[in-house]
Order: sequence, then structure tokens, then C-alpha cells
Amino acid sequence: MFALGYTLVYGVLRLINFAHSEVFMWGSFGAVWAMTLLGAHTGMGWPAAVGLLVVALIAAMAVSGGVALVVERIAYRRLREKHAPPLVALISAIGASFMLSELMGLRDRIAGWLNLDEVLAPYVRQARENTAFVNPLPNVQVLEIAGFQIRSNQLIVLVAAILMMIALDQFVSRSRLGRGVRAVSQNPEAAALMGVNQKRVVQLTFFIGGLMAGAAALLYLVHIGVTRYNVGFILGIKAFTAAVLGGIGNIRGALVGGLVLGLAENYATFFGLASSWKDVVSFLLLIVVLLFRPTGILGESLGKARA
Amino acid sequence: MPELTKDTENTAPAPSGRALLTMEDVTLKFGGVVALNEVSFEIREGEILGLIGPNGAGKTTCFNALTGVYQPTSGRVVFDGQPLGKRKRFQINRLGIARTFQNIRLFGNMTARENVLVGADSHHRSGVVNSLFRLPRHRRETREGNRTADELLEMMDLTHRADDLARNLSYGEQRRLEIARALATRPKLLCLDEPAAGFNPVEKQRLMDLIRKVRDMGNTVLLIEHDMRLVMGVTDRIVVLEFGRKIAEGAPAEIRDNPAVIAAYLGVDDDAS
Amino acid sequence: MSTATQKAPKPTFADRWAALPKLVQILVWVLIAVFFFVLPLLNLPIVSTPDAEFGSVLASVANYALVALGLNIVLGYAGLLDLGYVGFYAIGAYTVGVGGSLHGQINWFVLIVMAVTISTASGLLLGAPTLRVRGDYLAIVTLGFGEIIRLTALNTEWLNQARGITGIPRPPSSELFGLPSLVWDGATAKVDLGEGAKSIFLKFGLLDAVPYYWLALIVIIVVLFADRLLQASRVGRAWEATREDEEAAELNGVPTFRFKLLAFALGAFVGGLSGALYASRIGAINPDSFMIQLSMMFLAAVVIGGQGNRWGAIVGGVVVAYLPERFREFADFRIVVFGLLLLLLANFRPQGLLPPRRARRARRADAATAGLEGTEEGARA
Repeated sequence: MFALGYTLVYGVLRLINFAHSEVFMWGSFGAVWAMTLLGAHTGMGWPAAVGLLVVALIAAMAVSGGVALVVERIAYRRLREKHAPPLVALISAIGASFMLSELMGLRDRIAGWLNLDEVLAPYVRQARENTAFVNPLPNVQVLEIAGFQIRSNQLIVLVAAILMMIALDQFVSRSRLGRGVRAVSQNPEAAALMGVNQKRVVQLTFFIGGLMAGAAALLYLVHIGVTRYNVGFILGIKAFTAAVLGGIGNIRGALVGGLVLGLAENYATFFGLASSWKDVVSFLLLIVVLLFRPTGILGESLGKARA
Repeated sequence: MPELTKDTENTAPAPSGRALLTMEDVTLKFGGVVALNEVSFEIREGEILGLIGPNGAGKTTCFNALTGVYQPTSGRVVFDGQPLGKRKRFQINRLGIARTFQNIRLFGNMTARENVLVGADSHHRSGVVNSLFRLPRHRRETREGNRTADELLEMMDLTHRADDLARNLSYGEQRRLEIARALATRPKLLCLDEPAAGFNPVEKQRLMDLIRKVRDMGNTVLLIEHDMRLVMGVTDRIVVLEFGRKIAEGAPAEIRDNPAVIAAYLGVDDDAS
Repeated sequence: MSTATQKAPKPTFADRWAALPKLVQILVWVLIAVFFFVLPLLNLPIVSTPDAEFGSVLASVANYALVALGLNIVLGYAGLLDLGYVGFYAIGAYTVGVGGSLHGQINWFVLIVMAVTISTASGLLLGAPTLRVRGDYLAIVTLGFGEIIRLTALNTEWLNQARGITGIPRPPSSELFGLPSLVWDGATAKVDLGEGAKSIFLKFGLLDAVPYYWLALIVIIVVLFADRLLQASRVGRAWEATREDEEAAELNGVPTFRFKLLAFALGAFVGGLSGALYASRIGAINPDSFMIQLSMMFLAAVVIGGQGNRWGAIVGGVVVAYLPERFREFADFRIVVFGLLLLLLANFRPQGLLPPRRARRARRADAATAGLEGTEEGARA
């Protein structure tokens, strides 16, 4: 049960905001719909399959990025400009989050109202059930290590996730925009004085977060094969756990955190707990971490010590 | 440094009582920045000690170390014979240290009276059971709290504003209210962080009288201020910080003539209004 | 004191209320209470729900109101964002279910005590490690907690997993007196004295939901009293101070952590109590009854009604529970609608429908100070 790819997906889906998990979920549907639209099916030849996957990736990232921007505009911008207390911002995000997930879950009803349910049938029916992702690539066994099979899907997920993490890491540390992001997160006023357009940077951060979520959504689909309207919720909690484990605000930490979390979950099931207890394991881990090491493994090195 | 007339300066000998609070080689680092560098001084019981220095010298950081907001990286703070250690902030308050803030942190949506009551509550024990059933302890503590609040509000000339929301008070009233709240916690040491900021001369004079009255009530006072005349006029001794180090300590007259202190302030306009 | 002219603020409703003699105030409250007690029997034409039995709707509404009161303590008074309140609710319900039906035949009153004890204990257990962390972390953790409770119920054999628990005992009945209900014919009301239309005070049967509603009302009244007593005490002040400025509160001697934990535990108490009452009324529960969306509804109730105001919490509970019943068409969309409401309120009117007394007093005081001349300020300070 080689779950490393799984864990890296967690690491990528670093929770920037509460509604982020819904951004992910929408992205996953974007990919699914793209596949349906293009008529993908298993057993297609190599080049077509890869091409389709790339299209799905773009679709997922586009949808996610778009939704993220919408979320920023509607749920966050006004409050940020008014310097509202974080509690209020959180409530706003919660409202947005539930709206997004329920809208997806009710898409059949909505389509019915607009009299589009016939036309959009393959996209909107069975709104509250699992929706399968058609993966045109065959899932063959590639390696065998110590009795564990490694299949091509998992390998793809693993490699892609690593690449994405590296890309993100490089972007934030090297590029001009990345520097802007870091500057704003540390000291908004100084950044503004230096000519950094705060509004743009925030939008950009959300957008990139959305893109990553979309990509993560595709990887998730390749690995798991299904998605549904409330998939964002439990994944969001796990992603948050991974982020806290590794140290919030720290991208490399999120990677480490995701790793630890995935391993912990899988070893738990290995030791005999039913697989449905996996989620409980991650949650307990979260509590333990918060209790003993709130700054995470690669924690924030803020000098302010609490008395 | 502005010219001072002899009669505005406090030339009374400083109390030489026992040390109430001692800073022992306190160093405080934030990441790579050294905010306080082996600062040592003592505050004697019954005195009014001034803490001055150019901007960025570490005065407020020093305050925060004293009141438990920050933990020293090395060195320690000893209060009333006991090291502060890793005590929680409210415990440090219970020990006897109270403070006000440079940027006034009142409970804006609570009335003036309620603000002071919160301070008085620090010595109370009523919890859910006592409050729910209005047991004797609750009634006793409520009476006592109200009495304390009345006295302090009167002392601060805020009685007529007792039932107004704190955020609707004028600037001067808010400053006085903050002091009242701090006093309600029955401290031994009262730390005032720039209490005169934004005051006009009349208000500053009243503040000086108030500080002396607080001391005469039996408290010890630590004061951060930029206004030299006020500091010279009301404090018994002064400690001067620059770039996180102590560069001078002594009576106002000595400090005034200290070359190092003058150099530290050279080129910096004092708020001598 | 003041030489400047002071424009007296217009007396508001609250001012005039305070001016009434105490006896009159008590009488008004009693009348209001009586009104709510007989409400289900009145069958008022506009208010009644066409598609569902009004009595059970009211019982459900009262349930939500009670939950909102509890969450209001946590969120409105202490400022702690607890998104997993459904967890305490579920614990209360399951305790009654397990102890009264699945694995035991325990006396109902004992069950209630057990339910609140266990839920309060879990509140303390959850709060102790997690209340030290920042607000948004707390939100996520409590959210996880709520879901974990449900998953535990779903996966545990001993709790009957997905099948849930049936045959949960009802409260013990006593037949004190019966109250007839009204039947409307156009604009006239007739009293229906037929036996079938009577609601008997505290007979808890299968058919009539009204006694459950009455029971819930009684509990709500008790909780309201307790809430009032606490708010006007050291506890209430500590909560408000913590909510305003936690650090300043601590530096003035308020043991904030202790009081936050207290708020959390009290919230858990009320949550567990409502869950237990819910289980007794419905008779059958399963994990699906406690999905995380329910937490959002609870949150919506408190936020919409006005966090920090106990009447706001009740109003919010009414809104959240009653509207979907009254307007059945949008019932399926309730999450979307309330999510949208949360979003809008957070952005445009965070204080909700009924702002807490402090905000109301603030406006009155602002109006008063606006009437004062500026010269008074200068001379005074």
C-alpha cells in the first residue's frame, strides 16, 4: 500500500483558506467533465491518453484557479480591506465553502430549474453520489518492492507531485512575483510602500493556490478514481493537519507533513484498524501535534516567546 | 536637551528602600535582532523610576520582559524576591505587576466601570457556581468590586463617565481609565508606557500629580516617557537605554548632564511641549 | 459639570422598558411566556406550517433555539469559533440512545444527567489542548472533532454503526391537564374541545409533539435565566474582556484560558442536553442525523440572530429551523441559502439581526456624545 503519492497530494493542497478545499473539489469536477466532454475511455492509445490527461489537467487548473479568484473576490476582499477580525473572515469563508459544496451537490436540481438537465445529463445527474473519473491511461504494474506493487498511476502521481512542489518552491523563492508574495505576507505596509500592489499579490496568491489545487485534484483523480461534492471537506481537514504537522506557512514543511500523515494513516490500517478509522487517526494526530508542538516539525521561527 | 529650570526638576533624594524588581543581565533576541543586551537595573520600593532612551532603544521591549509578555533569551527578572520564570501573564499580574499600554488597550465595548471591575476581578474567585446561585461570595465580591471601581473612578475624575462605553471616552479620559483599571488589580509595581503621549501641558501637569499620588498610595512606579520635562520633574531615578543597552543610571540631575546620554539624544528633537 | 448644552438622546424602546416598574416587567414576561406555551394550540393561519405538523415544527425550532443558546456562549460571549458543535449534540443523543435502548434500560432522568456529564467532559477534553491555539486553527480542529464523533458512531459496532439506535425512551409522562386547540374558520376561532385535539400537559406520546415543545421551552427558560446570571457576573465580564482583547485581559489578571475552557464546557453542556432531548423526542437516531452540515446550521443560527445576544441566538434558531419548514420548496437548498446568508452577513452586518447589548449601547452612547460640544472635551481632559 504505497501511499506516498497520496501524501504528496496532501502536501500540495496546503490549506490557504477554509474554502480552499472546495476549490479543489470544483477542480476535480472540472477534470471529470473535461474527460466526459472529450469522450475519454480506457484503452486509448498512448499519445491520445496523455494528451487527454493534459487537457484534463488544464481544465482542472482553470476551474480551480477561477473558483479561487471568485472566492477571494466575494468572501475575502471586502473584509481584508476593512481589516475585519479574523473570526468574521472565517465565518465568511465558511459560508462560501458550504455554498460551493452544496451547489455542486445540487447541480441536478439547478440544471432542472434551468431546463438544461437533459442537455447536461452526463454532467449533472446523481449529484450526491460518487462520480467516476475516466482515466485513459492503463494502470499497469511497474515495479514490485518487498511485496508491494507499484502501479503506473501511483508513479505518475508521485513524480508529478514532486515536480509541482519543486516548481512552487522555486517560484516563491526565486521569481519576482514570488518575492512579492513573501513580502506581503510578512509586512503588508512596507510592501505597499515598496511598490508592491497588494491587491494583485493577494489575487495572485489565491490564483496560484487554486492552480495547485486543480493540479492536485487531477492527481487525486488519477489515484483514487472518484470524486464527489463533499470530498473537499475531509481532505481539507487532512491537508490542514499535514500543513500544521509540517509547520504552517512553510511549503517544505507541508511536504514533510503530508508524508508523515500519509505514512501514519497507512501504518494504522496496516496494524489492523479498519480503513474507515483512517480519518480518525489523522484527526488525533492533529490534536497531538497542536498540544505538544504547535509550530510543527519544521516550525515557524518567530522569536516571540510566550510567557 | 532643552533647558530646564531648577524648580521643575525633582531634586528630592531617591528612596533607598529594598529592590522590588531586579533585571539581571536580561538579554532578549528576536531571531537575529538583539533587542535587549544584558540590561541590569533595579527598581526600589516606593520610587518612581523613569526609563528613557531614543526611539528603538528597547524601552517597550524592556517593559514587555518585565511584565511577562516576552521571555528573556537569557538573564532573569526577579520580582519581590521571586524570579518571574515561565509564569503566565495573569499570574504575573497577581504577583503584583500591572501596566498600561502605549497605544491604549481598553475593552472598548465595555463601560468605564466594567473596565475597572475587570481589574478588580483579578482578586476575586467567583466562578460559575457562585455566580449562578448568587452565593455570598459573589455578592461580597460584587460589592467590593463596585466599591473599588467607585473609588478609582473618582480618583481619576471619571465618575461622570462611569457608564459610558470606554471607546466613547476622550483620549485623556481613556488614558486615565487605563491607569484606573491597572490600579484595580492592586499591584505593587505600576508600569506606565508613555502615559503622556498626546497630552497638552495642562494634562501633563495633572498626570505628574497623579503619578505622585499613586506613589504616595504605596505603589512603585516605572515610567517610559519621551517628554524630558515630565520625566525630570516626577521621577526619582532614571535609567537610560540605547540600542538595547543601558548607558546610564542615576538621579535626574546626573542624567541631564551625562555626556553619553546627551550624545544619544543629539539630533533628536524632544517632545518638550 | 458641563457648561455646554447637551442634546438628550431620544428615549429608545430599551429606555422606556427600563423605566417601567419591576412588577409590570415581570408581568409582561409571564404573558410572553404564556403566549409561547399556547402557540402550537393557536394554529394561527399565517404562521402555521401547511406541510408539516406545527407542533413538531415548533418542537424542532425550540431544539434549535436551545442549541443556539449554547453555541452563543462559546461563540458570542467568549469569541471561540466552534464548528464542531454537532459533536456534543451527537454525544448527548447517543448517550441517551445507548443507555436507554441499545445497551440498557436506564431511567430517563439518569440518562439526561449522564448525557450532559459526558458531553461536558468531552468539551473539557477537547478544549484543554485546543483552546491554546489561534482562532482559525480552533475552527478546523473543532470541525474535525464534530466529524470524528460521527465517524466513530458510524464505525463502532457497539454503537450499532450505520443502523443507528431505535426505541429511545421518551421522558416519563404525567397527565396533569389538557389544553384544547383552536380551529380557524376564516377569521373566527373556535375552540376544539374534542378529545383528539387536546394536548395534554406533559404526556409524552408518539402522536403529539406539543408536550416535547413544552419541555424544551421550560429548559430554554431555565437556560436563559442562567445565561443572564452568568453574563452579569465576574464570569461574563471575563468573557467579554477576553473577547475584546485577550492579551490586555491577561495582563490585568484575567485567567483567560480558564474562562475560555469554561465557556467551552458550558457550551458542551447545553449541546449535550439538546441532543439528549432531541433523541428522546425523535426516538431513533443514526450517524446521518449528525452530519457536519448541521454544525453549519447551528453556526448560522447564532450568527444570523446576532452573536453575543441570547435573544439573538433564539431568533437565529427560529429562523434556521422554521423557515425551511414554512417554505418547503427551499428546504433542500437550505445549506446554500444559509451559507449565502453567512457570507453576506459576515461582509455587511457581522453583528447579525440582534446586535449584542454592547453594540446597541454603543450606538446610544455615540449619539449622546455626538450631542456634546467639543469644548467640553478639551476642558475635561
